[in-house]
Amino acid sequence: MEWETVIGLEIHAQLATKSKIFSGASTAYGSEPNTQACAIDLGLPGVLPVLNEEAVHKAVLFGMAIEAEITPYSVFARKNYFYPDLPKGYQISQMELPIVGEGHLEIEVDGNSKQIGITRAHLEEDAGKSLHEDFHGLTGIDLNRAGTPLLEIVSEPDMRSAREAVAYMKTLHELVRYLDICDGNMQEGSFRCDANVSVRPKGQKAFGTRAEIKNINSFKFVEKAINHEIERQIELIENGGKVVQETRLYDSVKDETRSMRSKEEANDYRYFPDPDLLPVFISEDYKALVKTQLPELPQAKKHRFKDQYALDEENAAILTCSCQLADYFEAVLKDSGCEAKLCANWITGELSAALNKAGLEISGSPVDHKRLAGLLARISDNTISGKIAKQVFEEMWKSAATADEIIAAKGLKQITDTSAIEAVIDKIIAGNPGQVEQYRSGKDKVFAFFVGQVMKEMQGKANPGEVNKMLKAKLSQ
Amino acid sequence: MSLTADDVNKIAHLARLGIDKRDVESYAKDLSGMLDLMTRMSDLNTDNVEPMAHPMGQAQRLRADVITEQNNREKFMAIAPQVEAGLYLVPKVIE
Repeated sequence: MEWETVIGLEIHAQLATKSKIFSGASTAYGSEPNTQACAIDLGLPGVLPVLNEEAVHKAVLFGMAIEAEITPYSVFARKNYFYPDLPKGYQISQMELPIVGEGHLEIEVDGNSKQIGITRAHLEEDAGKSLHEDFHGLTGIDLNRAGTPLLEIVSEPDMRSAREAVAYMKTLHELVRYLDICDGNMQEGSFRCDANVSVRPKGQKAFGTRAEIKNINSFKFVEKAINHEIERQIELIENGGKVVQETRLYDSVKDETRSMRSKEEANDYRYFPDPDLLPVFISEDYKALVKTQLPELPQAKKHRFKDQYALDEENAAILTCSCQLADYFEAVLKDSGCEAKLCANWITGELSAALNKAGLEISGSPVDHKRLAGLLARISDNTISGKIAKQVFEEMWKSAATADEIIAAKGLKQITDTSAIEAVIDKIIAGNPGQVEQYRSGKDKVFAFFVGQVMKEMQGKANPGEVNKMLKAKLSQ
Repeated sequence: MSLTADDVNKIAHLARLGIDKRDVESYAKDLSGMLDLMTRMSDLNTDNVEPMAHPMGQAQRLRADVITEQNNREKFMAIAPQVEAGLYLVPKVIE
C-alpha cells in the first residue's frame, strides 16, 4: 500500500527579552543555577505576575510577519499539571484567545514553493530544568529558565514529508532571527520543536492517529526523527497493529523514538483563565505602529537581491539566510564599489569557508566588511589577481592589517608594466625552443606551459590578462 | 450532573490532594450539588452577553522590559527543604 505522511509542528521560540515574561528577573543564559529565579518564578505565595510589554511586542511583530490576525483581546490561562520544574503547579499560557491567530509561511523544497498554514501562536512561560544526575537519588531543580517568555507557534498539519518539515522549521528559524525576536540558538534550547506525525493510505481524507515527538533540537534530528517515526508507524499498521496517540522521545544516539510517558491523564490540563492576569488589548494604533517596525523579510530580500544585484538564486539564497550576512554583503558592496557578483562570490566562497572552518558566525568574523571591501577593490582595479587576493585574505584573517598594507609589505602588487612582462616572456621563449616549436606546429596545449612559466618567474604578480595577450602575440611572431 | 466516587478520586489525584476515603461519598454529593447549580445557570439565555475573561473589566497593565530582581538565592534556599550545589532537591522524577 502507498502511504501518505501528515506532519504538523509546534515550535517553541524563546523571546529575546532582557527580563522574564511575568517578573523582573534576568533571562540571561548560562548563569549559576537559581540565581535568576525570583519569588514570582518560584511561585511563592502572594506574588503577582505582571506582563512584559516587550514579550507582547515581539509576539505582535511575529504575527504581522506571517500576515496573521492579531487578537484584539487575548487572555492568559492556567495549564495545570504537576512537575517539579514548574513550581506553581500550573504554567501560564494562552488557550482560547491566543495573541496571534491564523497566518501562513511560504517554504521552498527542491525549487517548489508551498504555503504552510500557521494555526496560532501564543505567549507562555518556560519551565525550569530538572537535572537527573546523582544527587543521592534525588532530582536537582534549576529554575533560572522558569518564566522565560516563549512564543509557541503551532502549524497546520500541512507538511507531507520530513524534508518539508525541516524546510518549514528552517524558514521559521530564519524569520524569527530576521525579526530579532529570538536568538535561534538551538543548542541552548532557544528554538525547540515538537512534531506531530501520522500516516494514512494515500487518497484517504481522514487523518491517521498521530504520535507527538518531543523536543527535537536540531534540523538534522528533526528529519531523522520524523523519518524514523513514519517507518515505525507504517510497519506497525502493516503488521496489523494500531498507532496509539502518545508522546514519544527521540533518541539521537540510537536513532529511534520511544514512548515517553503514559498519557493516561496527561491531557487533563483543566485550563481556566488566570485570575492574576487581566485581558490584553491590542489596539489598531499599536498594530499600525508595529507594522512600521517590520524589517525587510527573508523572501522579499532574496527577490530584491536577485533583481537589484543580478545575483543567481544560489548566491541570493545563501546571502539572505541570515540578516547579518545580507547586511555584511550590502556593506561590502557599498564600501568597495565593486561588482555585486564579485562581492557575492567572495562572501559565499572564501569568507564563508573560513568562517565555517573556524566555527564562526558572520557577526564574529575576524575580517570586517571594511577590510574585505578594501581587498575586493584591489582585485577590481587590477592591483592584484584573484589568486593573490586569496593569499592576502589569509593574511587579513590572521592580522588586523588592511589589504593595502599587506600588498605593500609583501610586494604583491600586480605587475602591469608591459616592458617588465615582455622581458620575462622573451626570456622564457628563448629558454624553451622545443616548446615553442611544438606550439607553432599546432599543439595549443603548450600555451598553458608558457603562462605557467611566466607567472612563476614573476611570482604570480603579473596581470594574467596582459600575460595571455602578450604571449599569444610573441609566440605567433 | 452527578459525580461518582471514581470521579472524585480522579479530581483529587489531579490536584494531588490526599483525601480521606471516608469523605469521598460526601465530596461526591457536595460537588454534584455545585455542578447542578452550574447547569441551572447555563439554562439562562446569554445570547446578548459578552463573554468575560475577568470580573474587573480592565486591561492588563504591562511592565517595561527591565531587570529589577537581584539574586536572592541564599534567602530562598534557606526556606527550601533540601538544596545542594545551588539546586533545589526534590524526590526523583523519571520520565
